[in-house]
Amino acid sequence: MSAPPLRPDLALIAAQVPAGARVLDVGCGDGTLMAALRDDKSTDVRGLEIDPANVAAAMERGLAVVQGDADRDLADYPDDSFDIAILSQTLQTSHRPDRIVDQLLRIAPRAFVSFPNFAHWRIRLALLWGGRMPVTRLLPVAWYETPNIHHVTVSDFRDLVRAKGIRVEAVWYLSGDQPTGDAAASWRAEHAIFLIARS
Amino acid sequence: MATRLQPVPHNQIELNRPLALDSGAVLARPTIAFEAYGPLNAARSNAILICHALTMDQYVASTHPLTGKPGWWSKVVRPGGVIDTDRYHVICANVIGSCLGSSGPASIDPATGSPYAMAFPVVTVGDMVRAQAMLLDHLGIERLHAVIGGSMGGMQALAWAAHYPGRVERALVIASAARHSAQNIAFHEVGRQAIMADPDWQGGDYYASGRVPVKGLSVARMAAHITYLSEAGLTEKFGRQLQDRDAKTFGFDADFQIESYLRHQGISFVDRFDANSYLYITRAMDYFDLADPHGGRLADAFRHSPVRFGLVSFDSDWLYPTAESRRIVQALHGAGAQASFVELSSPFGHDAFLLDSPEMWRLMAGFVEAGL
Repeated sequence: MSAPPLRPDLALIAAQVPAGARVLDVGCGDGTLMAALRDDKSTDVRGLEIDPANVAAAMERGLAVVQGDADRDLADYPDDSFDIAILSQTLQTSHRPDRIVDQLLRIAPRAFVSFPNFAHWRIRLALLWGGRMPVTRLLPVAWYETPNIHHVTVSDFRDLVRAKGIRVEAVWYLSGDQPTGDAAASWRAEHAIFLIARS
Repeated sequence: MATRLQPVPHNQIELNRPLALDSGAVLARPTIAFEAYGPLNAARSNAILICHALTMDQYVASTHPLTGKPGWWSKVVRPGGVIDTDRYHVICANVIGSCLGSSGPASIDPATGSPYAMAFPVVTVGDMVRAQAMLLDHLGIERLHAVIGGSMGGMQALAWAAHYPGRVERALVIASAARHSAQNIAFHEVGRQAIMADPDWQGGDYYASGRVPVKGLSVARMAAHITYLSEAGLTEKFGRQLQDRDAKTFGFDADFQIESYLRHQGISFVDRFDANSYLYITRAMDYFDLADPHGGRLADAFRHSPVRFGLVSFDSDWLYPTAESRRIVQALHGAGAQASFVELSSPFGHDAFLLDSPEMWRLMAGFVEAGL
């Protein structure tokens, strides 16, 4: 059974996860990344997901996924129970992204955090010229029904981790699903993936 | 009026080893009644044990010998079904303490030649599971592909994983808990007191008298049945509708449909269940607390467990609420065990696990098949 290709940010994270690691995928959806990590990297991977239909889909794939809310249920995981935590496209949907980052680095010494960059030039232009909350490829839902309640930019996230004394080990930027360089990433990156670690 | 349960034949074996009970008592040669479906493969690796709930029995997928009704999970356990008996060897054993063929208070005490009645030793969920393990030994099945149960069956599945982690590949625990709560114990105590307050109970020694505690057991069943439903489900099904009449009678007949329904549930239960067994099995559930031998640390019951756990709760189940399943999940996280959990939506309360639930069925099938 050949798996469909991973979303670009997930493929990038999957490529970085060392084989055999213990991984917690927070907001794992239907377990696509988890399945890839299990099958390609022999990782011991667990998931947390809020939507029961997604949890059911992941369970049917034989994955260990718990239905829960990252804002509340990350507290249930013991300290250092994983080598790596992954939070992809979920930070901006949480009630307290700052506390989630704390929890990730309590549960695991390192974490991948990926999010759509709200300072991408298309969004800036949409706000500047349109005067309305932007609806884009990565943020496709209108303001009143979007699950994204804490929009964040690359600079905002850098400020947050700096204030918390968290180390940034690596950052990747994507634009149009292609890697893009550091130069003017704040404008040009549609999507950012941070690898953060306890200092 | 019922006198005692109709004697019917069950598929049963007498074990030739004693069963040591948690209470310290011993059953010298326990009898276990069980049903089995589907072929056991040559490697003896395709066995699935299904554990039944309080008032259920081993007739999971075959016609009940007393009621003539189809098995309680006959839509789940069948050829080509969610649990496919073309490919799995499915076993369901009557728990000890029950009254459908396994040793229980209605069994004959070899010491006296009469039914044990209240001389039957108090049993626990752990004892039920130990008896099942002895049955599997007898059948030559060392390891289970899966152990699956809802409600008290889920308690047994958890106990299997905790006590025999090397014999269980995966455990599916549906609408259950790792301990009986004060509220659960309270409802059980109401039922037991109803039975024991019935003069026909006669201290439990009713078997030869021609009278059984019909009223007591009926009331116990009525009270318990309410706990298996939900307010929304009751409202949807019955509301305030009157039973076969156009107006209230200003009396205490069953004016309301819900009253009539509960009375029917109570009285029909007496024809298929022994009152003393009801006392013993509710007691076993009340004593259940997997964390108790570990100083209250549930995680220690599952430390480094190799078992793959699946937990399912229903949002309208207030008897074994989602919080109890979450507590187990937390403990399994703490123990480093592999656990999945999902809360399904249903208006039908605790009973949901016995009803048609395509969502639950898909999950069950996925969990049983996963990794094959």
